[in-house]
Amino acid sequence: MSEIRLTELRHSYLANPQTDADWALKTMSVDWSDGGAYALLGPSGCGKTTLLNIISGLLTPTEGEVWFGDREVTAMPPDQRNIAQVFQFPVVYDTMTVYENLCFPLRNRGIAQADVDRKVREIADMLDLGEMLPRRAAGLTADGKQKISLGRGLVREDVNAILFDEPLTVIDPHLKWVLRSKLKELHQRIGTTMIYVTHDQTEALTFADQVVVMHEGTVVQIGTPVDLFERPQHTFVGHFIGSPGMNVLPCGIEDGRPLFAGLPVPTEHPIAHRNGGARLEIGVRPEFVSFAPEGIPVDIVRVSDAGRYRIVDARHGEHLIKLLVPEGEELPSERAHIHFDPGHTQVYADGWMVN
Amino acid sequence: MAAKTQNPKAWLFVLPVVLLVAFNALIPLMTVVNYSVQETFGDNVFFWEGVKWYEQVLHSERFHASLLRQMTFTGIILLIEVPLGVAIALAMPRRGIGVSVCLVLMALPLLIPWNVVGAMWNIFALPDIGLLGRMINGMGIDYNFTQQPGAAWFTTILMDVWHWTSLVVLLAYAGLRSIPDAYYQAAKIDGATGWAVFRHIQLPKMKRVLTIAILLRFMDSFMIYTEPFVLTGGGPGNSTTFLSIDLVKIALGQFDLGPAAAMSLIYFLIVLLLCWVFYTLMMRHEAQ
Repeated sequence: MSEIRLTELRHSYLANPQTDADWALKTMSVDWSDGGAYALLGPSGCGKTTLLNIISGLLTPTEGEVWFGDREVTAMPPDQRNIAQVFQFPVVYDTMTVYENLCFPLRNRGIAQADVDRKVREIADMLDLGEMLPRRAAGLTADGKQKISLGRGLVREDVNAILFDEPLTVIDPHLKWVLRSKLKELHQRIGTTMIYVTHDQTEALTFADQVVVMHEGTVVQIGTPVDLFERPQHTFVGHFIGSPGMNVLPCGIEDGRPLFAGLPVPTEHPIAHRNGGARLEIGVRPEFVSFAPEGIPVDIVRVSDAGRYRIVDARHGEHLIKLLVPEGEELPSERAHIHFDPGHTQVYADGWMVN
Repeated sequence: MAAKTQNPKAWLFVLPVVLLVAFNALIPLMTVVNYSVQETFGDNVFFWEGVKWYEQVLHSERFHASLLRQMTFTGIILLIEVPLGVAIALAMPRRGIGVSVCLVLMALPLLIPWNVVGAMWNIFALPDIGLLGRMINGMGIDYNFTQQPGAAWFTTILMDVWHWTSLVVLLAYAGLRSIPDAYYQAAKIDGATGWAVFRHIQLPKMKRVLTIAILLRFMDSFMIYTEPFVLTGGGPGNSTTFLSIDLVKIALGQFDLGPAAAMSLIYFLIVLLLCWVFYTLMMRHEAQ
């Protein structure tokens, strides 16, 4: 067991990358501490799977190094890296029984049959596959097959980290929940580092202690679910996490105070940023916008009921601002004023948080 | 349940298909059945003979010899073409420009008319002027397919392998292409050897297309006529007289319509039976 460090990593699928867009992964350094539960979150095509395949060794990065503890493994093939990986579509060996499937990685490594048998039965019990051992793997349902894929990683004693590449894509909705809790339980039980790739924020936020958010080949933020929610480092994180996403509004700065549409917006700290031609925006989540006796005047455009709360679309000039109003709270008539919570209002320059 | 509406006009709509099947299959087949139980000397005069022709064919040493030659030939070419085709498919590139180049090269032999294949190989293998014939003789091996049965068999088999291995390659390649990358990646992570990948991933995924390939090659080679007819004419002697060639000799050469008809039906039943055996053997796991 050891931590995984990626240093100055960069990758392109092209032989001769020229422009910025040719790089599937832009220069990044990320440390994954031993025993952590990580989620790698981002939209399709942002480079999540590329990053995962570099960690597992299915891809060799164009630039940079991969370290497992004090061992450099950049050029090492996957079978020597002590990595297990579960793919989007379940991979089982059709001709084998469930038992033989689970034995396969151990037999390939020349482990004695008695040890293989003991370990396979132990893991099968852990995954509730015990009764299915003699059955042909091809006949199982998708979630059963995905458990086998996972089991082939778990049987190995030497595994440093288990990587999941959107493993619940083909699982029925009601079983997704079951499998996800199973994963969480397994993580607590065996304490192996787990890295879970997904584009679903619910999956990421419920599974992980630390979420790594990626956007266009860059890691935009690494943090706990609370960090991502309360202090998004990039407007993309604000948009992508939360439902509805963060309000992002153009602003100016005067004397360390942001101005939105000519009106001052209070923030916790004065903004040290000097306007050097960057695109300036303020970001505030709908949860932290409320109606107030005075503030920014708005027209209420639309109210949608989401059960415990209502989503209100308000308009100031050409800018649309969303806010959440808890159930039962009185809504003002058409014209109203809104207020941003100073502790949760951030200023962004070219997309990145200032301070 | 409501009473079924009967509308005899519906028969009119199926009539074209009925006619097509009748003229295409039923009538010719029944004609053959008709011939196989009668004797005729022409003038459309027939005498009832019962199962005499069947008994004659089944006891005929000539038929036994042709059948044995046919089975040997089919067995040999299946043993060569199937493993060779799979090996070539495995060696073909999986992406890039090489894929199209290989596919076109592989498809070429399949596009050549069968009698042209026979003629090509006939000239190619001639010991005095053919490239292949001259080369083999040049190496100090006495080779003349028009006179030596062994050389005739060698040439016929080589020709068939050249002509038809591509079919197995194309089908096997299609099967290989349908395997998602994740299988290879998972196998790498599981530490599987190249042989294990073949045995547990590639071969099972190719099973269906290989079943089709084997059935097609079995049926086609078991009924082979044109190519050996052009290449060797069934000789030297009777050494490459396979079932179809023998059948044509009896039917059109000797004009023995009765025995030829009986032989056709026996031939047909053998092909049908062996296909069934092959299919059942290869699909027996599928049913479980």
